Amino acid sequence: MAKLKDLAAMEDRLVAGHGMCLGCGIPLIFRIVLRATEDPLIIANATGCLEVCTTIFPRTSWNVSWIHSAFENAAATIAGVESMYKALKNKGRIPKDKKIKFLGVGGDGGTYDIGLQALSGAMERGHDIVYVCYDNNAYANTGGQRSSATPLGASATTSPEGIKSPGKLQRKKDLTKILVAHNIPYVAQASPNRWQDLYKKAQKAFETEGPAFLNILCLCPTEWKCDESQGIRLAQTAVDTCVWPLYEVENGKYKINYLPKEKKPVLEWIKPQGRFRHLFKEENAWVLEKYQKQVDEDWEELNKLAKL
Amino acid sequence: MKKVKADPKGVLTGAHYLDGDYALAEGALAAGCRFFAGYPITPSTETAERFSERIPSVGGVFIQMEDEIASIAALIGAVWGGKKAMTVTSGPGFSLMMENIGLACMMETPLVIANVQRGGPSTGLPTLTGQQDMMQVKWGSHGDYEIIALCPDSPQECFDLCIDAFNLSEIYRVPTFIMADECVGHMHEKVVIPPAEEIELVERKWFKGPKDKYLPYKPDKDMIPFMVKAGDGHRFHTTGLTHDERGYPALNAEFQEVCVRHLVEKIRMNADKIIKLEEDEIDNAEIIVISYGITSRVTTRAVQQARKAGIKVGTIRLITVWPFPEKRIKELAKKIKAFVVPEINYGQIVREVERCVEGQAPVIHIPHCGGWVHDPDEIFKAIKEASK
Repeated sequence: MAKLKDLAAMEDRLVAGHGMCLGCGIPLIFRIVLRATEDPLIIANATGCLEVCTTIFPRTSWNVSWIHSAFENAAATIAGVESMYKALKNKGRIPKDKKIKFLGVGGDGGTYDIGLQALSGAMERGHDIVYVCYDNNAYANTGGQRSSATPLGASATTSPEGIKSPGKLQRKKDLTKILVAHNIPYVAQASPNRWQDLYKKAQKAFETEGPAFLNILCLCPTEWKCDESQGIRLAQTAVDTCVWPLYEVENGKYKINYLPKEKKPVLEWIKPQGRFRHLFKEENAWVLEKYQKQVDEDWEELNKLAKL
Repeated sequence: MKKVKADPKGVLTGAHYLDGDYALAEGALAAGCRFFAGYPITPSTETAERFSERIPSVGGVFIQMEDEIASIAALIGAVWGGKKAMTVTSGPGFSLMMENIGLACMMETPLVIANVQRGGPSTGLPTLTGQQDMMQVKWGSHGDYEIIALCPDSPQECFDLCIDAFNLSEIYRVPTFIMADECVGHMHEKVVIPPAEEIELVERKWFKGPKDKYLPYKPDKDMIPFMVKAGDGHRFHTTGLTHDERGYPALNAEFQEVCVRHLVEKIRMNADKIIKLEEDEIDNAEIIVISYGITSRVTTRAVQQARKAGIKVGTIRLITVWPFPEKRIKELAKKIKAFVVPEINYGQIVREVERCVEGQAPVIHIPHCGGWVHDPDEIFKAIKEASK
């Protein structure tokens, strides 16, 4: 079990000086994830909040080798890097036993949407890479447009609530399951409020031979329109309501990593967030119901899968 | 070509204070566009956001797609479903659209794409201006084809040219582009939207004959084939392959000539009707400055300075950039001392000017790498130099 004290003593690979918003979950997540390996690390970073905010001209927050790809191709880029190193090892230019880690990173826009094809390709080909998606439920970098990770009913700038619409009409895409369907050795869902769990999953992902995928819920007070100081509590609520269950799938075997003592109603997740405010209008009550029902069904299915 | 009045539902008549991106959305809605598919990308996102807000009250479809490839593909589908459709993007998204732009040209699909240009290449300068996609819009997809591209220099013109773009795309059954730039897209100015009855639109050239006689690619007298709505009961076939009049694949040199020649000639032979220029004090000019988009507004200042200094300088603002006003430039090349071409790139439209001038007069290019506009002094100096 990792101790916070020991983690804090480790060298930071994502250092201070970035321009992330107040209360943003991204630095929190990556300072944990990047501590999960001490091997040399190469990162391919898709366009997005993490990329933009950590490379503000003329500085960088990265203490590792880092390559910014386009919006849609971080997974393909890191696949190319990994293949190149494999070739160098085969030619004897790098010692065969030298451990190097390869990490692809994108937000939900760059992973769930435009980057899905590249991600799927890289996973299917079986590169020895880790891909981490920080899912903040929106295109936060460009001002909060909806993504396929935006939850049902959330108001975003391209799914605005109004007289004719209760916000986003579609449910959130279940990307983690899509990755499970690639039959890769390791897939997990994590959240920064359970930092031990996140750290362990990142460690496992880095140690996995072959592709591994982590989907991490990422707080975004700016687009969720919530109190910046309450982010971690809200992440806990996401986990307690089973809106964002913590589980992992190792070689096809599901395991739920956190069972809430008492499963809380989805309403507790919705209430503190301004993006859901309109759902409390009478005419939008059906959205709340639908959201709860969807979370219940997903949770039930996940439990079934974990018992198999 | 049947002309109709705009549907008042989409027309926000009145004087507004809008940025260029919003004005594009308003222009499209006034032009009867009822389908928008797009993907957020700076500095064009505001158009998509405006659409998503406005479309529910106008009646139509807004879809945010998973990327720009899907966005333009959705447009092609919507147009063949009978709608007028538009998308908006910037550099990286524009690059992703290229294959489908060729498809739309091959299928003779009328649609409108606005590119609010930013500094490139690659991710480049997402929030800062550029005019670096001016050749890409013409040549970016593979194969031979022609398109129409317009260049607004103000939010008002974003509105006006959006209507023109829809009309031109319908008249010639061709993808039509609005090549704006970040400055124009994010500039706030007064935009006057006229009453619906003053907005003249071109209706799609619907096929009215017997259903079994429809040929989607048989050119009419004006070279443009008729359209139908997919699913309306006509036998309908369209493809990206070289095709015959029926739209069926016809894969040999003979049909390639008929098919591709048609795509090119329907624009080239109508170039005079399509091209719109704004000329100022050309008749006695010794020097002519050719510019477009935001650069033409910077040019205005430089030209004022030059005239004050006694230089006979005229201006041409390219409202239509493609097809290029070849004839006019050729004509003027014989009469004047020099052309000056400022643009926010390292030499794109200037090459077209040089081609047309055929060495008859010097063509002085004032490049700019993007990120900001020219200093008017720079243009003034070039004019002065050219006049010596």
